This record gives sequence, structure tokens and C-alpha cells, in this order.
Amino acid sequence: MIQVSHCSVAYGEPGERVMVYENFNLSVSRGESLVMIGPSGCGKTTLLYIMAGLLKPTEGEVQIDGKTILGPRKETGFILQEYGLFPWLTVEENVSLGLRVRHLPRPANRSKVNAILGEMGLLSVRRHYPSQLSGGQRQRVALARALTLDPDLLLMDEPLSALDALTRERLQLLLLEIWQRGDLTSVLVTHSIEEAVFLGQRILVLGANPAIVLAEVENPEAGSAGYRQTRLFYERCTQVRSLLEGGQT
Amino acid sequence: MHQKASAQARGYLWAALFLWLVWELAARRLGTPMLPTPEMAFTATLRLLQGNLGEHFWVSTYRVLLSMTLSLLFGVPFGLVMGFEPKVDRVLAPLVYITYPIPKIVFLPLILLLLGLGDQSKVFLITLIVFFQILVTTRDAVRKIPLETISSFLSLGAKRIQVYRYVLLPASLPDVFTALRLSMGTSVAVLFFAESFATTKGLGYFIMDAWSRSAPDEMFAGILAMGVLGVALFILTDVMDHVFIRWQHVQR
Ligand SMILES: Nc1ncnc2c1ncn2[C@@H]1O[C@H](COP(=O)(O)OP(=O)(O)OP(=O)(O)O)[C@@H](O)[C@H]1O
Ligand SMILES: [Mg+2]
Repeated sequence: MIQVSHCSVAYGEPGERVMVYENFNLSVSRGESLVMIGPSGCGKTTLLYIMAGLLKPTEGEVQIDGKTILGPRKETGFILQEYGLFPWLTVEENVSLGLRVRHLPRPANRSKVNAILGEMGLLSVRRHYPSQLSGGQRQRVALARALTLDPDLLLMDEPLSALDALTRERLQLLLLEIWQRGDLTSVLVTHSIEEAVFLGQRILVLGANPAIVLAEVENPEAGSAGYRQTRLFYERCTQVRSLLEGGQT
Repeated sequence: MHQKASAQARGYLWAALFLWLVWELAARRLGTPMLPTPEMAFTATLRLLQGNLGEHFWVSTYRVLLSMTLSLLFGVPFGLVMGFEPKVDRVLAPLVYITYPIPKIVFLPLILLLLGLGDQSKVFLITLIVFFQILVTTRDAVRKIPLETISSFLSLGAKRIQVYRYVLLPASLPDVFTALRLSMGTSVAVLFFAESFATTKGLGYFIMDAWSRSAPDEMFAGILAMGVLGVALFILTDVMDHVFIRWQHVQR
């Protein structure tokens, strides 16, 4: 589904350019759930921006379903690390924003937004502003907003990083449920090893300067019931941890 | 909401009482006819309201309101574009920086010559001054918006032009209102100045005229009216603030 081919990305003025990516390749197949983990600053957010069509690689290209990405694509949902919600819009208005800017007919929108708000447990706070919500609620709003557009690809940049452990686990289950429901491809960035192993069928361990794939861990058991309590889960976490540590020496 | 309004009303009441007291004491202490007591000023105000003080008041109000509206209508869009389009900013910013600090008041004779002695020249002068304050504030407010906010909006499939209405405008409104409050003082001051020249209408004229006729109680009636105008403008701004940026006033 996603083909990143020979991508290079450099930031900064000529002369003091920093290469974040150099001839980087990656492919993600339809329906897959990919998780990227790696040291801060290695370029995870940058890669998501490229996949989302918000940043043009200096060289190379990204194709989704065989089409080269030149700008944001209708069926891609993007959940950012921070600042994703608009503080001046209520929950309901935030969630329906994507439908509004696309000028879709209103009555259909309303029932769709209602359904998604209900599903995300946000009906009781629909008229609240983001500043009045908890961190977990905020991330559910961001998720709800992406879901209103029926995405077939969901890009998520540390969506759960600001949450307490239990809220985090609840939302991980929610993400899992959404992903298992249909043929949704998801690419998630996280700093949490447990989260990577819990959600990622395939885990990319990245290294920095420029970004490279240090290792790929196949993790097909991700999403199976009770996985978190198994011995295998624990072993995978240990494996990912040592790969990460190996990359830093 | 109701409680807040009544608390606010009480605040104004206390402030008015306090100022009355200071005024009263100062007037008695100085004992000069140049500073009449509050009673004298109020009596004069009531008497003059039978006459044409009201008319002068409305003329001034109209001039300020129109100038503020025009400044917003021009200042905000220009500020948004300059904040969001670096290419436009590179061309326009030097122009703004060179012209902004020049005291526009020095052009009053020229403006009077070109636009006449009526409303137009006053409105033009105030707008010319306030416009810059709104423009610069709006532009800087846009620059403060995190890029992530704009990216997340674009990722929803929005067009670049929609960023103005859905992101830049609402995000900069709180700062625009701050600029509006600050400009209020400026605009009343400029209004007074503009009205004290070659005109026969407006509170500025009224005050200067009372002064030249050595009628201090009437002069203070004019000053009171100007104070009322200022307070009314602030209250109006606060009300609009609550209507247009409700999200800043919710309980957290
Ligand atoms: N707009 C920019 N201008 C210059 N350099 C940038 C810019 N954005 C990112 N970088 C640099 O590119 C590198 C990768 O940044 P990126 O945000 O993709 O990292 P990340 O892996 O998402 O980090 P984190 O885990 O901390 O979120 C960093 O070294 C950063 O300093
Ligand atoms: Mg990042």
C-alpha cells in the first residue's frame, strides 16, 4: 500500500544541511499495522509528514496505492504529537471539521459525527472545548476526527504519549479495535516498547543520522486476546529493548 | 454569567465612587474655579443634555466606532496575509516599519485640506493610526501559531485558502482584541485632538469651546461624556470578546 522509494530529506539552509534521510526505502502492505520506534530526533515525525503528503522529500518519492503523493490524500488520517486540536472549536466542531472543509452535505455529517462521538465515549463532552478535557479525551477527539473521514490509512505520531498508564492501555485497546474492524492500514510512532509490541504486527527499530532501519521485528501475535500477559510478549519487549540499546552504542 | 455581570457592575460602581471622592477632595482643596466640584459638573451635564451635548456625544461615538471598524476591516486581513505569506511580508514589512512610527497627526493639515472639515478627515486620521496597531498585532499573532496546527488542518484535506478562515483568523482573534483595547485609548486621544481643530461638532470641540469661554463646569461635562464614551467602548469590546472568543472564557 505504501511505497517509500529512495527518499532523502534534508533540513536547514544549504551549507549546514542536516540529512535526516538518505536513500530510505520502506514498504507497508494493506491492512498492516506498523510501529516505528527509535531515539528522539531520528526522523520518525519527518517520515510521517512525508507519508501524509505534508512534506516533500528532497529526493525520491512516496507512492500510496501506486499513486505518487504530492499533497494530503483524502483517505489518510493523521494524528499529531501535539497541537492537533483547535482550542477555539468544541469537541463536536473539532470532530466534524474534516467533513466541513470538504463541503460534504450537512445532515449526513451530523449523524456520522454523532455515531463516532458515541463510539468514542465523547457524547457527554460534545460541547466542551479542548481546554476542558483530560488528555485521554483529547486524544479520543483527535482519533474521532480522523475517523469521520473513513480513512484507509491512519498515521499516528505518539498519540498516547501524554497519558497515564491505565488511560493509555484503554486507548491502546480502542486503537486495536478500530484497526481490527476493517482494512485499515496503520503506522504508529511511539517511544514505549510495550506499546510497540502490543500494537505492531511489524516493528521497525530506527537509528539516527541519517535514519536507518536497525532491525525489523515480526510480531504477528499483536492484537491477539491476552497477548500482554503472555511470556512471548515479554520476550518480544526484551528483544526490542536490546535492539534499541544496540543502536545507541 | 449573571453573577459575573453583577460583580462587574459592582466593580464599576466602586471605581466611580472612588473617583468621585478623589475629585471632590481635590476640588475642595484647590478651591480654584478651574476645577469645579463633581456636583457642579453633573448639574452642568444635566443642563447641557437638554441642549446639544448629546449630539456632540453621538458625533464622537460615530467617528470612533467607524474608525475602529475600518481599522479592523483593513488591518486584520493584511495582518493575516503578512503573517502567513513570507513573500508578501518581505515586501510589505519594510513599508510598515518605515511608516508606522511617523506621527500621523502631523498630516492633519493635509488631511483637512483633502478631506474637508467633516467626519471624513477625523475618521481617516484615527483609522490611519489604529490600522497599524491592528495590522502588526495580527501579523505577529499568526506567526505564533504552531506549524503543527496548520499541518493537522491541511491533513484533513483542507485547501490552503481555507487556513485563513479556519485557523489563522480564530487563532489570532484573542490578540486582535487585545490590540483593540489598547487602540481604544489611542483612538479617543486622536479623536480629541482632531476635533479640537476647525470643527464645530464632537466632544473635542465641545471641551475646547467650553475652555475658551472659561466655563469649567461645562468643560468637565464634556470630559465626563468622554469618559462615558471610553467606558462604553471597553464594555462593547468585552461583550464582543465573549461572543467571538467564547473558548477563552469557559471554565477549566
Ligand atoms: N523544520 C525543521 N528544521 C530543521 N530541522 C528539523 C526540522 N524538523 C525536524 N528537524 C530535525 O530533523 C530531525 C528529525 O526530526 P523528527 O521530528 O522527525 O524526529 P523524531 O524522530 O520525530 O523525534 P521525537 O521522537 O523527539 O519526536 C531532528 O534532528 C530535528 O532536529
Ligand atoms: Mg516526533
